[in-house]
Amino acid sequence: MLESTHPLADTAARFVWWLPTLPLIGFLINGALSVYASAKLGPADPSSDHGHEAHGHSANAHHQPHAADAGHDGHDTPIRHRFAAIASVVGPGVMVVAFGLALATFFAMRGVEMHSPYVNTLFSWLPVGALQVDAALQLDGLSMVMVLVITGIGMLIHLFSVGYMQDDPGYPRYFAYLNLFVFFMLLLVLGANYVVTFVGWEGVGLCSYLLIGFWFSEQANADAGKKAFIVNRIGDFGFMVAMFMLFAHLGTLDYTTIAAKADQLPAGGIVVTAICLFLFLGCAGKSAQIPLFVWLPDAMAGPTPVSALIHAATMVTAGVFLVARSSMLFSIAPVASLTVALVGAVTALFAATIGLKQWDIKKVLAYSTVSQLGYMFIGVGVGAYTAGVFHLVTHAFFKALLFLGSGSVIYAMHRAYHATHHHGDDAQDMRNMGGLKKYMPATWALMWIATLAIAGVPPFSGFFSKDEILGAAFARAHGSTLADATLLGLPGSTVLYIVWVLGLASALLTAIYMTRMMLYTFHGPNRTGAANTPHLAEAPWIMTGPLVVLGVLSLVGGWLNLPAVITDLMPIGPSGTLEHWLEPVVGEATARVAGTGTHLSASTEEVLIGFAVAIAIAGIVIAKMRLKPEVLVSKSASLPSNGIQRVLEHKWFVDEAYDATLVKPTYAISKSVLWTGIDVGLIDTLLVNGSAALTRFLGWMGGQLQSGRVGTYAWMLVLGALLLLRAFARAS
Amino acid sequence: MLAESLTLSAALFTIGVIGVLTRRNAIIVFMCVELMLNAVNLSFVALSRLYGATGQVFVIFVMTVAAAEAAVGLAIIISIFRHKKSVNLQDINILRG
Repeated sequence: MLESTHPLADTAARFVWWLPTLPLIGFLINGALSVYASAKLGPADPSSDHGHEAHGHSANAHHQPHAADAGHDGHDTPIRHRFAAIASVVGPGVMVVAFGLALATFFAMRGVEMHSPYVNTLFSWLPVGALQVDAALQLDGLSMVMVLVITGIGMLIHLFSVGYMQDDPGYPRYFAYLNLFVFFMLLLVLGANYVVTFVGWEGVGLCSYLLIGFWFSEQANADAGKKAFIVNRIGDFGFMVAMFMLFAHLGTLDYTTIAAKADQLPAGGIVVTAICLFLFLGCAGKSAQIPLFVWLPDAMAGPTPVSALIHAATMVTAGVFLVARSSMLFSIAPVASLTVALVGAVTALFAATIGLKQWDIKKVLAYSTVSQLGYMFIGVGVGAYTAGVFHLVTHAFFKALLFLGSGSVIYAMHRAYHATHHHGDDAQDMRNMGGLKKYMPATWALMWIATLAIAGVPPFSGFFSKDEILGAAFARAHGSTLADATLLGLPGSTVLYIVWVLGLASALLTAIYMTRMMLYTFHGPNRTGAANTPHLAEAPWIMTGPLVVLGVLSLVGGWLNLPAVITDLMPIGPSGTLEHWLEPVVGEATARVAGTGTHLSASTEEVLIGFAVAIAIAGIVIAKMRLKPEVLVSKSASLPSNGIQRVLEHKWFVDEAYDATLVKPTYAISKSVLWTGIDVGLIDTLLVNGSAALTRFLGWMGGQLQSGRVGTYAWMLVLGALLLLRAFARAS
Repeated sequence: MLAESLTLSAALFTIGVIGVLTRRNAIIVFMCVELMLNAVNLSFVALSRLYGATGQVFVIFVMTVAAAEAAVGLAIIISIFRHKKSVNLQDINILRG
């Protein structure tokens, strides 16, 4: 077997199964604490209140009694969960250990030459005839990168949560779900076959549902959780069909075996294209791409650290990971790859336009996440798998920072409202903020770093990753297998130029809406209200600490994969580090897509980079010029928007359109056909009650024979005996 | 000799069957059942001349069982009479379906 001969077999990598096991242990402990606490009397965990956050736009969120307000001026001595101390140690503790193990594995991997992935088979899971599925974990460059992101950023967000969620009555339950999420996410990225990945895929969906609806006593939150779950089901259907087709045509679901057998499928054929498109349907659900993106903005109903961890940094990037993991298939399916790139580009622009007119600080970030995920899909769609993963990593840095920073802001706003018993305004509406720079200087500075990173300003991390994606889309338009394919009647090179232009346009919009968010939140006059202003303050160190780490990462993350054209000009570091690291995993597929296409000349690349930087700076300047301090007004003073602005504020009415075209008809059909027709009519009346009536009738018939008259019985006996006699007589 | 014995046995059996089918008094029905048993006994005895002593052994068995059956059957009829003041079979129909 591989394990015995692989160079990693004797290193820390043989403990790879501990990586998912550690968060699972944390889940069990925290879950036990939560269940025990709610079973016994005490300040238990019914979660009848909603912690610190106001969610969405439901104004009545603020009228709910806060647990800390239970008594008169109870907020001076907040009631914490009695097991909060244990949960604070266990929850982040397992993450620290897991991150340590991930680092040890990483350094072990650096020390050896990785030609084949290290597969750690735990046990044979589904030995069913030709289908042989092992519970096996696979370590290679790609899963290592993902493990480091998940455990590293996950650890920081767990620490942040200790501060953010400290007074929540569901504290151990929160950490139980969060640990369970990390367990499933690690299973997803470490799985050595599609089935193990699928288990993780479903598991993170479950945890996402549980955490979006964490404050489930409010209907809107529970609905948001359900929406996420149901929309993801559509995508999971695609994933499953892709698995069935893979098994039908290749007879295996192991990544290594599929990579070896992929050339059995005709390149560009209908089979591999269908498999890839079905896989991408799964990715579109999990990673919130058109047409399945609608759940992600609603998912902001969950606690803000959850938004940072699950709905920005890790889970929603699982789709990008899956495309990169399936690069051996996508690289021989140019039509599917073009579809991925085009859907990514359209999503990037579409979500960016919506982000322009959102008022809820978390909604801005949510649409920004959808948009950036679209960027990653451009990368993996055009066959620049490294670029997609690179943007995944840098995005995890700066978007986690943005979400946690917004969490700090919301925390401060809530505390201020709380101190003054002011519950009328929305603590997440940016129009109610303003001028927070004075009160939260650290958060302000760190969030500007992240904003510059996401806008693509050099030398912040997002600049390098975004530029690499756009450069790849531009370069693939000539000579690659994609350029020779056609999609919807358009030649591939035209599609790629469209993708590139859409990417540039959304880069401009990204810079605008992010600057707008920063201006509304931190600059201009303070609009919190005179009474609340004195209570605004920086969050505690347990929350700002992780922000600082993420700030540093957002600043220097670009050094993971510097482009050669820049290192040639300025020797600031080694170029293409991540590319070399991922070369054994995606190198072959990347080369196959690139085909005979030559690399862009250095001068072309320099022009492209200059163009991208100019666009980023233009976006920031436009936003700054449009949003003068005097036009920043509070929510109560602002006018209702109209025209295109109103359309954008209402998210292009996509939710309404889906409601009218899909949800309502489904509901009507379910009610008239499935419920009253099939369920009540066919199953209940005909089958269930019908079989009961038939049995009763047969019983009645039998009962009629029991007349109770001995004479009749005797007659039957004699007749029966005569019949038997006759039968015997005939037989003999 | 055999033919006459079997004819008599058949006649007795038929009389018993007709009695069981037509009479309503439980005791008479009971006696008719005894008649049928004894008709069969007669056949056994007659046929034992041809096929050996097994038939005669069987007759002893049948008579033993018939005695036991008579004891139980008469006890039941007495119980029913105490209950219903009647041994008419048409009155005994509480097990009707």
